[in-house]
Amino acid sequence: MYLQCLTESMTSTPVTPVAFRLWRLGPDGLCRFPPAAVFSGALRLRRGRSRAPAWLNEKFAPELLESKPEIIECVVEQLDHMEANLKRAKRGDLKVSVHRMEIERIRYVLSSYLRCRLVKIEKFFPHVLEKEKSRAEGEPSILSPEEFAFAKEYMANTETYLKNVALKHMPPNLQKVSLLKSVPKPNLDSFVFLRVLERQENILVEPETDEQREYTIDLEEGSQHLIRYKTIAPLVASGAVQLI
Amino acid sequence: SDAKSGRTDLIFLIRFRHCCLLRNQRCILAYLYDRLLRIRALRWEYGSVLPNTIQFHMSAEEVEWFNRYKKSLATYMRSVGGEEGLDLTQDIKPPKSLYIEVRCLRDYGEFEIDDGTTVLLKKNSQHFLPRWKCEQLIRQGVLEHIL
Repeated sequence: MYLQCLTESMTSTPVTPVAFRLWRLGPDGLCRFPPAAVFSGALRLRRGRSRAPAWLNEKFAPELLESKPEIIECVVEQLDHMEANLKRAKRGDLKVSVHRMEIERIRYVLSSYLRCRLVKIEKFFPHVLEKEKSRAEGEPSILSPEEFAFAKEYMANTETYLKNVALKHMPPNLQKVSLLKSVPKPNLDSFVFLRVLERQENILVEPETDEQREYTIDLEEGSQHLIRYKTIAPLVASGAVQLI
Repeated sequence: SDAKSGRTDLIFLIRFRHCCLLRNQRCILAYLYDRLLRIRALRWEYGSVLPNTIQFHMSAEEVEWFNRYKKSLATYMRSVGGEEGLDLTQDIKPPKSLYIEVRCLRDYGEFEIDDGTTVLLKKNSQHFLPRWKCEQLIRQGVLEHIL
């Protein structure tokens, strides 16, 4: 049963709470690892509220979603914790490789999430910065402070480059270019797959063709839909739906 | 300036010329921006140091842009992952196993693994090494992953 658990975890989709399963069945050596603190993070990775849903949402949403610094901090802390534990464990132990595998997986998810965000920031940099500038006081930020600094540097870098290489050689009335207008905006009309986590009523759907009229739909819990991102964007932000 | 002189018959010519200029500006900027995007991709593929053949094709301003991009990316990566930062250019694919079988494509020399043992990477030698250590070398073309 122990071995079956191992092989299952090695071939299954990333981020399975392997360590949790082992802890339940496994030999007592594992009790050295502080169970609740370390594995609850790995558990949360799979269930509802935190990392994996945030990762999936970010991957499939066409625009940059709200930044979640608490989750990132939490995961980083978990990783550090697990690494420290591993260093203390005795070598050649099977548990060590399983935990290391778990660390690798968690690190992959975290890296993928941050990379996805960076790619979106670089792709839509003028719009992202504009949105951040025009954000109201109480609204949550879509950029963490480090991401904001990165975005600003990227913008300054690109602007300086374009100015020095091309724009300053052009006639005076053409020397300014509005990056906000030239760089393409995120396509909020793209279709996304979603799974409903909380029942929603009366979602207004815009007509696709001229003959249709706008209508409302109810989203049942557990149902899956293919719909334009624009319609359900606020639901993604509130966590009522999960992009798949 | 021609418009100011009041010669209204030239308005269309001016407008046409202005459209041509705008189009040219757009083309130039699109070309330059596309090159920047490719250079950015190079950072993620090759790492901080670009091979000479590629650097040869970059203009001085592009090299400067690359250096500044590299620096701001490094600052961001350092700030994100605890003490030492998190290298986001690693772990591009989901990990399938801890250790992988690799073949050495060219002489690299000694290579030290985490537990202290050193491995001599000679051309055509095969090794069974931890995945996270090899990723960088695989991308540089020193090692080849044998499936």
